[in-house]
Amino acid sequence: MGKYILKRFFLMFPTLLGVAVLTFFLLRIVPGDVVEARYAGGQGQFVDQKLMAMERAKLGLDQPLWKQFVDWMWGLARLDLGLSMWTGAPITQEIKLRFALSLQVAIMASIVATLLAIPLGIVAALKQDTWVDYAVRVFSIAGLATPSFWLGILMILGFLIIFRWLPPMVYTPFWVDPWQNLAQLIWPALAVGYRYSAVATRMTRSAMLEVLREDYIRTARAKGLWTKLILTRHALKNAMLPVVTVIGLEFAFLLGGLVVTEQVFNLNGLGLLFVEAIARRDYTLTQALVLLVSSAFIVVNFLMDVMYAWLDPRIRYR
Amino acid sequence: MAINTPPIDAVAEALPAPHRGWAAVARDFARRRPLGAAGAVVVALMIAAALTATLIAPYDPLGVDFGAMMAPPSATHWLGTDAFGRDVLSRLLYGSRTALLVGFGAAFFGATAGVILGVGSAYFGGRVDLYLQRLMDIFISFPLIILALAMVAILGNNLPNLITAITIPMIPRCALVIRSSALAIREMPYVDAARAAGFGHARIILRHMLPNVMAPYLIMLSAFLGQAILLEASLSFLGLGVQEPIAAWGLMLRGAAVDFAETAPWMAIFPGLAISLSVFAFNLFGDSLRDALDPKLRTL
Repeated sequence: MGKYILKRFFLMFPTLLGVAVLTFFLLRIVPGDVVEARYAGGQGQFVDQKLMAMERAKLGLDQPLWKQFVDWMWGLARLDLGLSMWTGAPITQEIKLRFALSLQVAIMASIVATLLAIPLGIVAALKQDTWVDYAVRVFSIAGLATPSFWLGILMILGFLIIFRWLPPMVYTPFWVDPWQNLAQLIWPALAVGYRYSAVATRMTRSAMLEVLREDYIRTARAKGLWTKLILTRHALKNAMLPVVTVIGLEFAFLLGGLVVTEQVFNLNGLGLLFVEAIARRDYTLTQALVLLVSSAFIVVNFLMDVMYAWLDPRIRYR
Repeated sequence: MAINTPPIDAVAEALPAPHRGWAAVARDFARRRPLGAAGAVVVALMIAAALTATLIAPYDPLGVDFGAMMAPPSATHWLGTDAFGRDVLSRLLYGSRTALLVGFGAAFFGATAGVILGVGSAYFGGRVDLYLQRLMDIFISFPLIILALAMVAILGNNLPNLITAITIPMIPRCALVIRSSALAIREMPYVDAARAAGFGHARIILRHMLPNVMAPYLIMLSAFLGQAILLEASLSFLGLGVQEPIAAWGLMLRGAAVDFAETAPWMAIFPGLAISLSVFAFNLFGDSLRDALDPKLRTL
């Protein structure tokens, strides 16, 4: 077990390094840089070349690529994300509040998704091939098909027309005013959570179906145990593994995947920051954001694998 | 004692019909999977609309009419007009071309590249497999939309580039699924036999491995169709996809559609409905196809 975890743990680093390398070079292939974005505004106006060169030197953009990369890596090794090329402020400071916002929406969306997915998936599995099953299936596929930004537009439209009310547009941290905070963030969480529940619902359904056919369920039935007990103790416990995996992986992706929804609800979160950072060619900030989201995904993936191995000894020997 | 042979009719019935026509297959699919058939009908309608857009669209999708800006749905403009007085219905019909082009393009190229990498990785195994898998891991740890965003930023946004940008994140996802199917096939005796017979790698891969991963390939392809359409809509909505004045559903939801949602809700409602309905139809069809072809495969 220990050996498996260790091996799996060290496998994370090449992947992270790969992500870092890929991001670093992809960004530098994108035409234009931050100095151009700031001075020329992308309109190709005449700007003093000497001034631009000076600005580039200040940001270290005149250094050879390998040196820039080594500097970045060296900073990362000391847990220093560096300064944003656009604002000049430390990246940790730029990210802090926005990260709190995105994290909160992601957590709330996961709760919404779990609350929707598990009961729906179980009911669909128990009533397989009846109209209940079909209804759940249509509901969940509709969730996958509806863009969450459109759902957001519809929500705002509904509030405006029916209640003449709009959710607050300015972010208030939870610890300042919980009500104001929830009144703003619950809507994006619902819009995203619905979409995200679809995958988990389908996973719950198929995992339950698979487990219900196992011998130990039949044994439990034959022993004359209550159906309720069989479902909660025997079936659900075993069916939850893939469901938890799906929810965990989607959670890691949500941090970066809120890009479009944030736009609709006017949330100044990580997603919006990411779009801005790319548009401004803010290399350092974009790199930090991509690495943040990818490492969240890679770490969650690792934890899932460890949990699997712990729960199911067969996996360790593969 | 006479050997008890079943009557010849029963044998013929038990054997699968040698060549069932397309119509028979379709009828069978519709009877067993009504939801999937409903999806297929909507998809067919959508394709028909895209093909005949020039004939059935009541107006020019680019035709600006400042006399009829943001006109509500009426007999002349069934679904109303947008902020430039362009007919929403016509733009929706033409938009289905963009959606289908990107959807089919990205799904086809993504799934095909994925199948090649997946089968190759499983067939050659060893070092090739290890390196390819690590590479796929790296690509997979980027969220779909972020990778697509980065690709659009690099390539610039015209239609072929948009398709490429959406294709790239799909490749590793397909390769992973195909690889696991192909790994099982590699161990089959007929692959060993082919190798023993001295066939080259190319022939074994093309003739013996590929036909056997067609089921997961088709399943991934149909799953990607909806995703690609959704991704295109999201990118266009962010202003990073298709550019004005081309008709695209995501683009129609941008800007004025949101700003004037209260006074002209038709601008926001109908394009979103078109996106949802078409992705819904593709997913319903794909889902049933998956059930029919491979009930055990769990793709998301």
